[in-house]
Amino acid sequence: MTTSGQTVRITYREAIRQAIREALQRDPRVFVMGEDVGRYGGCYAVTKGLLEEFGPERIRDTPLSESAFVGAGIGAALGGMRPIVEIMTVNFSLLALDQIVNNAATILHMSGGQFNIPIVIRLTTGAGRQLAAQHSHSLEGWYAHIPGIKVLTPATLEDARGMLWTALEDPDPVLIFEHGTLYNAEGDLAAEAVAVNIGQAAIRRPGSDVSLITYGGTLDKSLQAAEQLAAEKIDAEVVDLRTLRPLDTATILDSVARTHRAVIIDEGWRSGSISAEISARIMEGAFYELDLPVARVCSAEVPMPYAKHMEEAALPQVATIVETVRRMLGGNG
Amino acid sequence: MAPEAAPAQPTLERAHVLHLLRQMMRIRRFEEKCAELYTASKIRGFLHLYIGEEAVAVGAIQALTSDDAIVATYREHGHALVRGIPASAIMAEMYGKQEGCSRGRGGSMHIFDAATRFYGGNAIVGGGLPIAVGLALADKLQGRSRVNACFFGEGAVAEGEFHECVNLAALWKLPVLFCCENNLYAMGTALKRSESETDLCLKAGSYEIAAWPVDGMDVLACEEAAHRAALEVRAGGGPCFLEFRTYRFRAHSMYDPQLYRDKREVEEWKLRDPIALFQTRLRERSLINDDDVKQIEDEVAAEIAHAIEFAEAGTLEPAGELTKFVYSERPRS
Ligand SMILES: Cc1ncc(C[n+]2csc(CCOP(=O)(O)OP(=O)(O)O)c2C)c(N)n1
Repeated sequence: MTTSGQTVRITYREAIRQAIREALQRDPRVFVMGEDVGRYGGCYAVTKGLLEEFGPERIRDTPLSESAFVGAGIGAALGGMRPIVEIMTVNFSLLALDQIVNNAATILHMSGGQFNIPIVIRLTTGAGRQLAAQHSHSLEGWYAHIPGIKVLTPATLEDARGMLWTALEDPDPVLIFEHGTLYNAEGDLAAEAVAVNIGQAAIRRPGSDVSLITYGGTLDKSLQAAEQLAAEKIDAEVVDLRTLRPLDTATILDSVARTHRAVIIDEGWRSGSISAEISARIMEGAFYELDLPVARVCSAEVPMPYAKHMEEAALPQVATIVETVRRMLGGNG
Repeated sequence: MAPEAAPAQPTLERAHVLHLLRQMMRIRRFEEKCAELYTASKIRGFLHLYIGEEAVAVGAIQALTSDDAIVATYREHGHALVRGIPASAIMAEMYGKQEGCSRGRGGSMHIFDAATRFYGGNAIVGGGLPIAVGLALADKLQGRSRVNACFFGEGAVAEGEFHECVNLAALWKLPVLFCCENNLYAMGTALKRSESETDLCLKAGSYEIAAWPVDGMDVLACEEAAHRAALEVRAGGGPCFLEFRTYRFRAHSMYDPQLYRDKREVEEWKLRDPIALFQTRLRERSLINDDDVKQIEDEVAAEIAHAIEFAEAGTLEPAGELTKFVYSERPRS
């Protein structure tokens, strides 16, 4: 982390746009393709202005045809290009699931290592905006089930700015999940862009009493919970996974070895989830370090309801995280 | 169940034309109010307005009996109102109240109503089409002569699901009435930028089904076409495809700055406002007068005022019921 140079005030959205612009400038093989990325300016305005700057060959509006254009991205990657494919939201990626899971994730292996697929797929994920059941999925953990693809979940401005280039340099398919509630997040970022690694988790807040393990849209909620807990003299460590596949097990286990307690916070559903995977790895690798069973704060197992109070009740909240930690430490904290 | 007699052929009888006019004005005023309520944060999530396209739903649904089914998209307030779902239940739904037609679980994009066989409000482009095909299959298997009307935008025609569905319905001679609402734009993507062949009837017709274009700004033309198509479908001749040529006067949703179209184009289409057009035509034939219009305005205003009152007075579902409706409740055996 270099903080030497100047900083700029920037939003998460602009940080991604800068990263895309820079990639387009640096590598002529890079192009952007997706629904409404050009004339409309991107459904979350991430690609706004890029059409004017780079033209319609490199900023390609596609028809509504997720399977075709994601598959075409895979083909273009095979053909020597470096596509950045935008799927408006993870919800619509389900129409392209066959291409992602049956092609992108398998061709390297099926071809005995002959054909790699250097594609980057960006998708918006998550709930919290009253968009109801078909527009609120958090399926990044589900994608992390698939060997052959990498799953990134930038939660900070540095990662929004820095992960894309690293992903483009990766020889294999990388999915970048951007939580929809983060686009307007604003902060200071080093003016000089720095590429970041994509395989390591980060300790966003060191602490000694409990590890709050999270990523993406719930990082901020976990940090807020840690602040509240600090007022109660509970010192929480916050681990930002950053990458769900490959999962940085070492950082997780190290943290648990220090704190002896772990709470996993995940907007995905609990059953068969990334939170279950993390919990299993803690059992496998740090069982004897634990003072207490691992706890989880996940979304309620229900398709996301529209009504605000119901959506709030369904999602992990700062209060539920705090409550879970309190209950955990209640006996011996 | 004995099928109802098919609705009578369209006429220019005064009572009938007043009915058509009233239905279009109900949609228009209801949605204008929705836009205001959205700005006032009473309605949240995504809100897609049908303003400009009213003649399509009003005309097409005249051809359906109460036994028939409707599958619609996220732009479905108009269809729901015409179908007979009370404005109060729709408004309460958008308020997230449990008195809403979907108990506040669905919101604007997911209006459902079993009583009127209204199978949603689907927010995945093309997502409703297979459901309509399946409803039609069930009718066929059970020897019922019912029409399954499926509304979707021209954007859906680019999805594989559209082609799979039209083919299947044609192959199995299923009673589906495909109602394509061609408003020329899928979000910011103009038809000519998403289709190599922009003649949608030619596309649909290639599956060996009857397909023809309709002036979607002319409610009588919509009604007439739907009657003709529904007659064929009901008689067991297989599906029909209607392309209603229309235009959305408002933004795609409440977040759309409309960078992709010329203001002049919108103004030109507004000259063909289906409500103004119809009123002029009826006045020219002395079928209606100012008092009729005034009376409708008053009645509609009262209906909407009541709907808002109902929604305001509505109650929130207890959060304890969050995980209801994930699985069906069955009596213990
Ligand atoms: C599969 C899928 N992809 C993308 C979207 C995002 N989206 C919602 S509406 C829309 C445009 C659809 O246009 P059209 O089918 O013409 O219907 P209209 O909105 O014009 O009524 C898009 C791209 C979606 N909901 N579903």
